[in-house]
Amino acid sequence: MENTKKSIGQEVAQLLRDNIKTYMMYIALVVIMLVFQIWSGGKFFKASNISNLFNQAAYVGILAIGMTLILILKHIDLSVGFVAGFGGAVAAILMQQYGINQWIAVVLVVLLGAVIGLYQGALVMRVGVPAFVTTLAGMFIFRGLLSLSLAKSGTIVVTQPGFIALCQGFIPDITKNENFHMLTMLIGVLAVAGVVWSQLRKRHTRQRYNFEVVSFPIFVGGLVLASAVILLIFYTLAEYKGLPWSSVIVAVILAIYTFMLDKTKLGRYIYGIGGNDQAAELSGVDVKKVTMFAFISMSALAALSGIMYTSRLSSAAPAAGVGFELDAIASSYIGGTAVSGGVGKVTNAIIGTFVIMSLTNGMNLMSVDVSYQYIVKGVIFIIAVAFDVRTRGK
Amino acid sequence: MDNEYILEMRNITKEFPGVKALDNVNFKVKKGEIHCLVGENGAGKSTLMKVLSGVWRYGTYTGDIVYEGEVQQFNHIADSEAKGIAIIYQELALFPELPIYENIYFGHEIMNGKTVDWNETIVQSREMLKKVRLDVDPSLPVKRLNTGNQQLVEIAKALSKNCKLIIFDEPTSSLNEDDSQNLLDIMRELRDQGITCIMISHKLREVTAIADTITVLRDGTTICSLDAKTDDISEANIIKNMVGRSMDNVYPKRPNHKFGDIAFEIKNLTVEDPNTGREILHDVNINVRKGEIVGLQGLMGAGRTECALSIFGNPYGYKIKSGSIVIDGEETFFKSPSDAIKHGLAYVTEDRKGNGLVLIQDIKYNTTLANLEALANGLVIDENKEVVVANKFKDDINIKAPSIAQKVGNLSGGNQQKVQIAKWLFVEPKVLILDEPTRGIDVGAKFEIYSLMNKMVEDGMSIIMISSELPEVLGMSDRLYVMSEGYITGELGIEEATEEKVMAMAIKG
Repeated sequence: MENTKKSIGQEVAQLLRDNIKTYMMYIALVVIMLVFQIWSGGKFFKASNISNLFNQAAYVGILAIGMTLILILKHIDLSVGFVAGFGGAVAAILMQQYGINQWIAVVLVVLLGAVIGLYQGALVMRVGVPAFVTTLAGMFIFRGLLSLSLAKSGTIVVTQPGFIALCQGFIPDITKNENFHMLTMLIGVLAVAGVVWSQLRKRHTRQRYNFEVVSFPIFVGGLVLASAVILLIFYTLAEYKGLPWSSVIVAVILAIYTFMLDKTKLGRYIYGIGGNDQAAELSGVDVKKVTMFAFISMSALAALSGIMYTSRLSSAAPAAGVGFELDAIASSYIGGTAVSGGVGKVTNAIIGTFVIMSLTNGMNLMSVDVSYQYIVKGVIFIIAVAFDVRTRGK
Repeated sequence: MDNEYILEMRNITKEFPGVKALDNVNFKVKKGEIHCLVGENGAGKSTLMKVLSGVWRYGTYTGDIVYEGEVQQFNHIADSEAKGIAIIYQELALFPELPIYENIYFGHEIMNGKTVDWNETIVQSREMLKKVRLDVDPSLPVKRLNTGNQQLVEIAKALSKNCKLIIFDEPTSSLNEDDSQNLLDIMRELRDQGITCIMISHKLREVTAIADTITVLRDGTTICSLDAKTDDISEANIIKNMVGRSMDNVYPKRPNHKFGDIAFEIKNLTVEDPNTGREILHDVNINVRKGEIVGLQGLMGAGRTECALSIFGNPYGYKIKSGSIVIDGEETFFKSPSDAIKHGLAYVTEDRKGNGLVLIQDIKYNTTLANLEALANGLVIDENKEVVVANKFKDDINIKAPSIAQKVGNLSGGNQQKVQIAKWLFVEPKVLILDEPTRGIDVGAKFEIYSLMNKMVEDGMSIIMISSELPEVLGMSDRLYVMSEGYITGELGIEEATEEKVMAMAIKG
């Protein structure tokens, strides 16, 4: 192969140049975390805070996954914050006022989200109202419905233990050791094994088809680095109370969406429509149906996000959901979704979520006034998008 | 001598990567005449006008533009406008929601100190409208006027800038008979007022009726300049000059080729554009036999692409007033492109970048996009099989790229076209519509695509080839239809077809 001629240093430099956007995201994340770690005198990387960060990131991450599909398709959904708020309120009302089983309530609320998505998607694709306008109106409507549903009761406190565990609880352990969570560590090791296996397989396939691959030392180096980071995170969590349920939920959704986007026809069609909707249409893709699906999935995920938020606070409040859409959209863009559509990965959107939520978490830790928090997040967001716009197509 | 000509374009050469669009063109226009510029699609008329107006700025071409006795260096449209040159394009550049008077004075507003003097604007607009004999209230929004009158507003706009030279690019192509006649009358009046007019047109009847001089371009060179008073300006002579070209041996032969029964038929297709309410196709009937290549010739705007789109599931929502499709003996009409594809129809679009390919995706992705069913086990795509399929097509039809993981946007035009063809071959269609299959690609790739077409029909596929290029249609078709303004104006067997006959049918209407 021609690759052997290049030295490792040259190859690393080449990789950095070619994938600067992806690496930028990781670099930003590491820098932000380190800054807060130093600034807070070591509080940021404490197990309890990392655990907290995972729970915080959960409800935004779920939104960011759905939002990535919407943004790949060159649409936008501004209503997700209040759909989440409204969904959380409905869940609380169903459980507390109607005594409905907590799991049935969860399913009903997610279905309600799907119906909301169907309504918004139909407005966009069947009636032809631009998504920006449709979902801006949705923002008003669901904000109204949220405050209306809590008008009489005020904030509703949720008491169902299973429901609360969704975004506050941890997975059970297999041993009785109080100081170390074995199952968490085991999952961490399995995760590393999974990553190594899938990367090896991917590399093998690419080589079989004569596609370009990175040289072996760099491949191993990358794997070792990724494994170390994963093990460190799981070790930190294991030393505390273990893996939060919220992370398990996000991981499952992430796995489903990654699979859907990479391996199924539906995923292909989403990228195709985002890249060139006319070409997709003339290739026999049902553009309306696929886009409708994305809106339905978005609102269903928003409802789930609302459930997670309600669980995290153990209550549904009239102010729930304010600004979620900004965090979700920012996460997706920071994660490399193209402003011009057609490009984006849900896994990277989750990394974007960690960038945004590390900022939130760190600034909360340092008691930074919320006004400054908004400004800082806005600046990071616009830098990420400006960076994307300037580097794309090169 | 210099005073006789308002404009002389001398030895203009303009090259695009791989193509010489203009090759040493000379073009002289006398002051106060109507000068018609004719030629086939791609002859270089539009490019020449773009050089003149400054769209292709000074330095991107070689040669001189001498206007009013001086060599000009236009870097921008504004430069040529400042000198009194205006172009009125086929697609009008008006703001439909704004009133007529704002449109006329847009960009050169009448000022009263720092603010726009709207009253004076309206008064002046009335004067300008009078000059083009348009009797309407200048405060009407432009969208309330029909196309013909909108064109008059464009002319009024040019007059308001004191233009001395107005270029009309296919001015009557979207006008009905009365509006066309009216427009020609106004051009004569402008000439009488001393304004020079250049008209680009395919409609030779109008050209011969109005022109003082006719210049014919072909393949980027000036063929001749005919004076209406002294030279033969019959349509036959003009056509001869437009097409007279030796047919090179660039079309691979299909020896001992046989056809089967009729495989596909379009019956009585009449279609209306829902936006303008104009009928774009009138009672179109086309059939193609198994193993046959049928050419669909016509000039730009004849309705060929609209015809293809209408039968290919009508994705852009034209209003189908009547018509049906017969495929495999079954009479039907397709509701969507996917419906059409399922029944064995495939359509290679004329605009591969615009609606043919997903440029940010790779060869593999684009090759399989239209037939993922064939690769899917249930919902999940078999990626190994996909790689095998994409590689097979890459080798079979010789797509030149390092691997199938190459982004399509980075390929040359010819290779992009091959990817488009690969995509549709993978669908294994019975009938393939190729819309301008060799537009903007080099000679070598053209030959490869022609050879591919031969192989397809030998395998029993039927092909409808839409093309503006006469030699291509005559070189590749077994039979051909000619279209003009939405009508099929002729059907010719290949042995009876000549360039002159086809061109005469293409400009009928």
